Parts: sequence; structure tokens; C-alpha cells
Amino acid sequence: MARPLTITEKIIQNHTDLDTVAPGDIISARVDIALGNDITAPISIKEFEAIGVDAVFDKKKIALVPDHFVPNKDILSAKQAKMMREFAKKFDIENYFECGEAGVEHALLPEKGIVLPGDLVIGADSHTCTYGALGAFATGVGSTDLAYAMAFGELWFKVPESIKVVFEGKPKKWVSGKDLVLYLIGRIGVEGANYAALEFTGSAFKHLGMSDRFTISNMAIEAGAKSGIFEPDEITEEYVKNRAKRDYIFYKSDEGAEYAKILNFNMEFINPQVAFPHLPENSVDINEASAKNIKIDQSVIGSCTNGRIEDLRIAASVLKGKRIAKYARLIVIPATPDIYRMAEKEGLIDIFMDAGAVVSAPTCGPCLGGYMGILADGERAVSSTNRNFKGRMGDVTSEVYLANPAVCAASAILGKIAGPDEVA
Amino acid sequence: MIFSGKVFKFGDNIDTDAIIPARYLNDSSEENLRKHCMEDADESFSSGVSDGDLIVGGKNFGCGSSREHAPRAIKACGVHIVIAKSFARIFYRNAFNIGLFILEADTGGIDNGDMLEINTDTGDIKNRTKNTEIKAKPIPKFMSELVNAGGLIAYAKTKIKEGRK
Ligand code: SF4
Repeated sequence: MARPLTITEKIIQNHTDLDTVAPGDIISARVDIALGNDITAPISIKEFEAIGVDAVFDKKKIALVPDHFVPNKDILSAKQAKMMREFAKKFDIENYFECGEAGVEHALLPEKGIVLPGDLVIGADSHTCTYGALGAFATGVGSTDLAYAMAFGELWFKVPESIKVVFEGKPKKWVSGKDLVLYLIGRIGVEGANYAALEFTGSAFKHLGMSDRFTISNMAIEAGAKSGIFEPDEITEEYVKNRAKRDYIFYKSDEGAEYAKILNFNMEFINPQVAFPHLPENSVDINEASAKNIKIDQSVIGSCTNGRIEDLRIAASVLKGKRIAKYARLIVIPATPDIYRMAEKEGLIDIFMDAGAVVSAPTCGPCLGGYMGILADGERAVSSTNRNFKGRMGDVTSEVYLANPAVCAASAILGKIAGPDEVA
Repeated sequence: MIFSGKVFKFGDNIDTDAIIPARYLNDSSEENLRKHCMEDADESFSSGVSDGDLIVGGKNFGCGSSREHAPRAIKACGVHIVIAKSFARIFYRNAFNIGLFILEADTGGIDNGDMLEINTDTGDIKNRTKNTEIKAKPIPKFMSELVNAGGLIAYAKTKIKEGRK
């Protein structure tokens, strides 16, 4: 009998001509979607030209999203965006989005049904692993990889071993996907899953929605993982059925599939988390963080991790009728134009602005210290984003604390790191 | 191949924001990347480094973003090899794809300024300053093919020439 496979191995194998694959194999696999953004695509375009092919492998299977520095912050970034635009024009790339229809790539692609269950997706952006939430094998690569994939429609991969992560029980109030993943990284460390595929499962996910799954898969990379996947189910089906414009496949791990490790967590012990500077693994309970009385200058709610409508609803529920602390800044960034519009219709934008927040157009903005919300020396931010490396959001002496949107909202109100119950 | 050079030593978890901060990612030219390489980890690095020097790190070197700007910045400084206890995955593949050698070894005994001699075929790392020797993990065959071809694009071109594509 054939060796039982994990969902990850199965998706990879089905994108090759091989009869089976095993962890450690270096193989070449076909790519369903290849993604680039305004920072990584310019290098890919130069490398693509160096290969010397005269067409992309499939103009429907390439996605180019300007999101990091748009609307362009300066001349140099405008040149990079221009280069991508001209490439998109030249090869008639179908999934190119101009500012106005573009948003943060990893929120945009699932929303538009461009990435689907069963796909093999590569992106020249480390958070490409987000699409694992749909039951796809999705992984971040470099610009040269993207150039190669755009030319040939395939790429080399080392088949990863899988680590199963089981969350059992009902999440407590205010506990979201962000808290599960920060908790996990706190336990296994920033290289705890290096080179491996994380496979998430357990009864906790009956109580959490797609947006929580996206958040968790998104941050798989912060534990060093190659990917973070969920077995698709009825929640996935509900999300994709009206978005998909092509067929998709639900894969499942075989019984008896091999895991390098199985980690079990009980939701009973998981509270909202805060990851202290300068690594996502420095996560502690909100109660512990709040007791430390950490003053903040800025709070950011947005990004591919937590800029979806569900995140904005939670933040608005905390902020409704309240004002943020004097001298504190709150920046809210809906991750896509559709999310922005929904937030507007639901009255969330008013709630944010009444509270004293600035609401930005969909962009990565301060998440990577690009622009719009950069920290000065010694400043401190609490942020719903995914990385708190030294200097990530500005000056090297500034600090970023990672948390869920409810904690970011509550912290903005009190001007210090605080849980949502403290402002109720 | 044999390489020798002077060590610039860094600690654990040197992330891609430290190797090349996002504020410089609006320009992917070699000159820009070279100038700001390692800026947030060691401000004096780019002015002190010279052709053939080596970067030695601790564990999880290159973690964080997928920016290929990071290994490109290192290569632009004239560094041909990075040795660390372990590497983050995307940095590892990016390095090979652009033709930068990556060696995994126990770097605990290597200090800033040490002179090393490295044989990338055997994985032997001789510390000329301390008169010690360590061994790097062997590089998978496909990866050394890549790096020896000069990276993924050069590799792709030979494939096209051979009519395999
Ligand atoms: S929001 Fe942040 S993490 Fe996500 S793609 Fe943009 S810069 Fe990267």
C-alpha cells in the first residue's frame, strides 16, 4: 500500500508527476498562483528578463499586488510600482491590481477567490503562508524564485515534514486566532517549526472563523515554518463557494500519515497574548502584560494578519463611544477596499474616527516601517501586525508589542497596554 | 572551492529587517543595498567590510521577511559565505538561488575578527586565529549544483540551452 500522506505531502505530490513524495525530497512542482508585490517583484522582473524567455507561463496564474509603498511614498517607490505596472501591461497579467482596487496582498487574494483550496501557491513575500487557511499549500519564496516560476510555471521545493498542532476546547472571550498563534510561537520559539509544515486542527476551530484561520496561517512563518495549513471543511466551503471562478479540491491527511511532532494545547489556558519586543516568541498573558503598566505612543490595527472585517468589528466594539488617550495615536487600516467599504457601511469608520483614530487607505503602511505611522526614537507601539523585530516600525530604539485587535483598541483608549475588559 | 577571510560575528535571530531595513527597500540597486547592509545590527559594518570577508551568525540567521534584498545586500558587500548555527528557510533558499554560499555549523567558538579558511566541498572550516577546526553540515547536492551554476537563473539558462525546458 502507498505510504499515507499528510495534506501537505498530498498537495505537493499532486503538483508533480511523481507517484509519491516524502519529507526531505527535493522536487519540482507546478505552481497554481505565483505572487509578487511592489518590493519583491522589481527584482523578479529583472531576473525574469535575464532568463530570456519571451512570455510568462500563464498570465492567469500570476498575481501582482502593489501594497507595500502605495499610494507611492516617494520617487523611488513610485519607480518600483511603475516597473511592476509595465510588466503587468506587457504580459497582460490578469491579477494585477491598481491602487484603489488593491489591498494588502494576503487579504486580497483569498477575498477575490484567486487562491483556492488544494492550490500550490508561491509568493515573493514571507506571509504567502496565509493561504494555508484555505487548505492550500502556500509558501513564501524569494524574488528569483518568483522569476523562475513566472517563466516556467514550476519551482523547486524541499518537501517539508509536518507538525500537527491541536487546539482543543472553547476559546475564552476576546481570544482570537492571533492569541492562539502567539501562544504557540511563545511555546515553540521563532524557529520551533523551521522548514516544517504546521497543520492546525482541533475542536477550537469550530468556534473560530476563517479570519482566525488566516491569522494563524499567516504567522506560521514567525515560527520559521514553511507553511501553515488547515484541512478545509464547511467553514472553508462557505468562504470560497461564491468567490471561486475555477474548480478547487479539498485534500485531507491520510490516516496514519507521519508527523515529526504532535503538539496539544487546551483553550482553557489561553488568554489574549501580547508579544514583547523584539521577537514574536516573547508572548505573555494580557494580565501579565497589563500589570507592567507599559505606556504606548501608537496603536495599529490592520495588516495581512488582522486587517479583515472581523478584526475591525472587534476593535469597533471596544472603541464604540470611547476616546483614545491624549497624545496617543490610533491608526486603523482596512486591508482591502471591500473591507473598507463594509466598515463604512456598518458604521465602523465613524466609531474609529469618533474615537480619534486615523483611518488609512488599504496598504501595508507602518507594518514594515514603510511609511505612514513610523515610530520615532524610543517610541512604543502596540500593533495587530505580525513582527516586532528591532526597528520594524521605525527607529531602531522604538518598540513594537504584538496583540489582537481588541487589545490594540483597549490599549489605545488607556494609553498603555491593556485588555478589553479594562475599558468595558 | 576554498575561501578564506575575516569574520564579522553576529548573534542569534539576525532578522532580515536588521540585514536590510525596510526603509531602504524602495531601491534594489546593489549600491543602495551594500551601503545599508546590516545597518540595524551593526552600523559600522558596511564601511568596515571588504571583499572576501565572512559573516558568522548564531541560530535562525535571516529570519523574517522573504526579501531577497537581504542575501543580495550581503553579496554586494563582497561576502561570499555566511556561516551560522541555523538559517531561516526563505533566507536559505534565496542565498542559494542568488549564488551565495550558506554553511550550517556550530559557530559558538568563532569570534569577531577570526581568520577562517573554508572548503565548501568538504565543509571543513579551519580557524587560523585559534588553530581549531569544525565541520559544516553537508550541502544537499541540488543546492551545490545551484550555487556552482551561479544561482537559479544561470541554472535555468543552462537548462534552456540543453533543451530541457
Ligand atoms: S501587511 Fe505587513 S506583513 Fe503583511 S504583507 Fe504587508 S508588510 Fe508584509
